[in-house]
Amino acid sequence: MERTEEQLVDALRARDERAFAELVDRHSPAMLALARGHVSSREVAEDVVQETWLALLKGIDGFEGRSSLRTWLFRVLVNIAKTRGVRDKRTVPMNLQDEPTVSPERFQSAAARWPGHWVRFPRPWPETPEHLALSGEAFELVQQELARLPQQQRLVVSLRDVDGYDSDEVCALLDLTPANQRVLLHRGRARIRAALADYFEAAS
Amino acid sequence: MRDWDRVDFGDLTCRQFVELVTDYLEDELDPDVRRRFETHVDGCPGCERYLDQVRTTQRTLGRMPLDALSAGARAQLMTAFRDWRSAGPGRSSS
Repeated sequence: MERTEEQLVDALRARDERAFAELVDRHSPAMLALARGHVSSREVAEDVVQETWLALLKGIDGFEGRSSLRTWLFRVLVNIAKTRGVRDKRTVPMNLQDEPTVSPERFQSAAARWPGHWVRFPRPWPETPEHLALSGEAFELVQQELARLPQQQRLVVSLRDVDGYDSDEVCALLDLTPANQRVLLHRGRARIRAALADYFEAAS
Repeated sequence: MRDWDRVDFGDLTCRQFVELVTDYLEDELDPDVRRRFETHVDGCPGCERYLDQVRTTQRTLGRMPLDALSAGARAQLMTAFRDWRSAGPGRSSS
């Protein structure tokens, strides 16, 4: 039978190796994805994940379970990754100015019949969302585009849309105001949508 | 043929519309702007499609398979666990 998170944490306190392995397997993929938002290489990201687990072992007897284990892990991971990130700089300055998220050429000019409206509607995407979500190529493209986003956008999109955190949690984790969090999410999602749109347009 | 002159775009251009999409999905638009946004999307097939595609993007992100820790890193962690266990104060015996 599958053990609950709470049972696993109790077992870990009792030094149960299988419980540790189970927790590592359960949480490391999301941790790795999050760490990659802070540091430039996969190797460093793996180090950060390992360090986070070691911090849990050190702190397990004091871990009170007031926050969920995942939230605790993420918070510690972000702190470790931030210190690493300083040494391993790839930060793109955060630009919160209202640069458009859809290329202006897509819209009619002031002199046109319908200023500010689409020149041509976005092309329909060929597949249903279910289909799309299962297609490996689309995932690969999304993964690549996610990796290309400026760091802050990448972190917010990963946490919100990949890991399913809500905006309050993301603001707390990354120390962002709600308004900035939304701008980052907006820009990041728009870029990934645009990449998918280009891909489908080229394929059709 | 659709008579575009009679379509109510909620007094928003499409260019403005696309910049409001996230605030709309996050339920952060003022009631007045929200109404205009919804009026626009009802009248504009291009923006309806755009909004749909943003939602699809979001869903796709949510279903993305994540990489596992490499076998090497995992093995190192398990070794560290054993070291911790044999050194730790939580052991009554050994």
